[in-house]
Amino acid sequence: MPSIQNRPRTKIMGNLDIQNLKVSFHTREGIIHAVDGVDLSIKPGEIVGLVGESGSGKSVTCNSVLKLLPVPPARIEKGQIEWSGKDLIDHDEQNMQAIRGKEISMIFQDPMSCLNPYLSVLEQVAEPLVIHGMASLEDARKQASEMLVNVGVQRVVDHPHAYPHEFSGGMRQRAMIAMALVTKPSLLLADEPTTALDVTVQAKVLSILKTLCTDLGVSVLFVSHDLGLVAELADRVVVMYRGKVVEQNHTGSIFSNPQHPYVKALIACRPTLESNPVRLPTVDDFMNPKTGKEQALEKLVAPSLNLDSQETLLQVENLVVEFPTEDGPVRAVDGASLMIRKGSTHGLVGESGSGKTTLGRSILHLAQLMSGSILYQGKPINLDHPDDRSKFRKSMQIIFQDPYASLNPRLTIEQTLLEPMKVHGIGSSRKERIERVINLLEEVGLGEEYLHRYPHEFSGGQRQRICVARALTTEPEFIVCDECVSAMDVSVQAQVLNLLRSLQASRNLTYLFISHDLGVVKFMSDEISVMQNGKIVENGLADDLYRSPKSDYTRKLLNSIPLANRSANFQINRPSV
Amino acid sequence: MSLETSSSLGRDAWLRLRANRMSMISLFILIGIAFVSIFGPALSSYDYDQQNLDRVFESPGKDHIFGTDNLGRDLFARTTYGGRISLAVGLLATVVSLVIGVSYGMFSGYIGGRIDTWMMRAVDVLYALPFTIFVILLMVLFGRNFLLLFIAIGAVEWLTMARITRAQTMNLKKSEFIEAARALGYSHGRILFRHLLPNLIGPIIVYATLTVPAVMLLEAVLSFLGLGIQAPMSSWGSLIKEGAEKMDAAPWLLLFPGIFFCLSLFALNFLGDGLRDALDPKSSKD
Repeated sequence: MPSIQNRPRTKIMGNLDIQNLKVSFHTREGIIHAVDGVDLSIKPGEIVGLVGESGSGKSVTCNSVLKLLPVPPARIEKGQIEWSGKDLIDHDEQNMQAIRGKEISMIFQDPMSCLNPYLSVLEQVAEPLVIHGMASLEDARKQASEMLVNVGVQRVVDHPHAYPHEFSGGMRQRAMIAMALVTKPSLLLADEPTTALDVTVQAKVLSILKTLCTDLGVSVLFVSHDLGLVAELADRVVVMYRGKVVEQNHTGSIFSNPQHPYVKALIACRPTLESNPVRLPTVDDFMNPKTGKEQALEKLVAPSLNLDSQETLLQVENLVVEFPTEDGPVRAVDGASLMIRKGSTHGLVGESGSGKTTLGRSILHLAQLMSGSILYQGKPINLDHPDDRSKFRKSMQIIFQDPYASLNPRLTIEQTLLEPMKVHGIGSSRKERIERVINLLEEVGLGEEYLHRYPHEFSGGQRQRICVARALTTEPEFIVCDECVSAMDVSVQAQVLNLLRSLQASRNLTYLFISHDLGVVKFMSDEISVMQNGKIVENGLADDLYRSPKSDYTRKLLNSIPLANRSANFQINRPSV
Repeated sequence: MSLETSSSLGRDAWLRLRANRMSMISLFILIGIAFVSIFGPALSSYDYDQQNLDRVFESPGKDHIFGTDNLGRDLFARTTYGGRISLAVGLLATVVSLVIGVSYGMFSGYIGGRIDTWMMRAVDVLYALPFTIFVILLMVLFGRNFLLLFIAIGAVEWLTMARITRAQTMNLKKSEFIEAARALGYSHGRILFRHLLPNLIGPIIVYATLTVPAVMLLEAVLSFLGLGIQAPMSSWGSLIKEGAEKMDAAPWLLLFPGIFFCLSLFALNFLGDGLRDALDPKSSKD
């Protein structure tokens, strides 16, 4: 990486000190105390990780530093945000504008929507310099171009007029970093900057972020839900839970010696590549004393299925799926073959755009196949005859990624779960069907009292349980789980994974488990296929694949996983600041 | 098929609507206007077409509470009688345009591909047809007929509705709950009516409340051209038009039909807003 020219500039070595910050949201349903007395300080040059699940108040804390909260409904009730001797809470909008982007800058989560599509990337990166009167337009463009090269966006050198849509998500996120750092601020607030990126891209972006900030002496507040990821670059970690800071310590100590039960849970409930318990511990286990039986299950290594003795349930041969676009057809799946055995879980891993979701959907005939064959129990699937169709739809189901979008918002849970039974003629009377619905709800860990509620009244984890229950209404043998825990916090993820596992054992289900998260796939699967550019590059038993990956791509994927997420006995040796 | 949906969603919706004060006031205003329109002409001691050339342009008073027009006709009788026609045209034509537009748009958007393209080109062609010529054509073919007026107006207004519904359907079609419905083996009809249609209600209602006034005004334009309501029959639209011409001499001729017209439009809009919120289970129950 080329060195950065340090222009002489008086730089405020900022010291951020947040004391007893309280932020509440005044909504129609009442007052929500999003941040409830948070103390946090960042010394110059320090990288601090702020970790918590969604709703823990981590983003609100981060946004309140720059007063970027939506007011109303948000209101800063109390506290101090001291920035190099000034209390930012007293600053008016005009004074804040002088600080934003100059002394403190910010990177947001979604690289796709953070850049203005109508302005060229170079122009946007140069803009903060011009606005803060730090350089003339020409000079600003030159500095912006240098900074873009520093973050690895070489393209702007030859194409200074390139627009955001010409860049990939990873490149856009790099451009965002360049935009935040071009003014050489003292503090960078990064709110989940790599969450929307693939693991391999994430690893690259993180290393760039870390090198640049160290070189420029920028202190960073890195907000993330992923403790393992934060461990990669933070000197110190602050863990938030329900609006409060529950623990803060040096990164090494947090992992080697967590104090608060919630932090212990966060470290424990993420499936790692090395361990393979029957059941994952959940946050509840740590917050409330757990039963001995469950504890025993966590210690127990899951027995590996004797795959050879299992008959083949589904055989996919040379599948090709194309999508028509204006520039001609695009091959989403390009000659993929796999074999799934009865009662097993087949993992399907790959980055976004690798065609894994399309493959899963085409197995269910939700996407049109071009060529290739799908044999279910040795027979091709025929959707033309109504009887065959009904039988096929009954025996194969799918659970989607987004539990918010996959339930009809205008039907109650009862209606949602009754409908498949009615359509397929399961159960003879309404009474019998309702009984089955109640049993199903209990099976997925929800109660009868939820029957008459609408989807929006549930949390993400509960909704996904409802989706699982809906998939089970037709008593299927085979379920495609399409990134079904990707949108969830690790603690909720552990609960849903445990549920899927116990259902598999009690109902002898077969899963095709699609995910970009190798740890999760490893936990769930007996066999794994790795997909890249529509092709399956590697196929094998889960353990073999992780221990000795054959293809370069698999190795690259494995190496991109943050160290802390690979092993349960993660230790960090880094000199503390 | 939708009986179950309507039983629980309908009951919830009614509870939510009742809690919305503006909507309830609007509902009572509308009922009141409808009541006056139906029974008003009978209550008045004058007929809507009864001329009295001795008492032209009489301002509102004891005898004629709304005053009289240039031919000495009682404005109260004419306004309430006009309300029958305006409300009937407004509501019926809107219903006609909703039924045609929503089903056409939903079908087109759901099927997609080439059929969708052709169906939408047909809409474009109809858009390009001059409205008045279209109505004159209908009149020539079928003769002048009150019912035909509803159909003619409805048959023109559905085009925008079809486009809105199609766009919404195409958006919703991609959502995962529709895909889940397909994976569960539901028929297309079931998906369309039980899963898509209820989720389209928001934009449909908003557009419908905009269509009612547009339709009432269209009726006035048609009447002005001699294609719609013919004197001595009256409608709010035609009364307002006449009133506007004689605004300096007899402002009450504009004022009273105008008040009725505006009041019903306001009430319709508030009621529409309330209905949209009430039919959305996401809005809070209390």
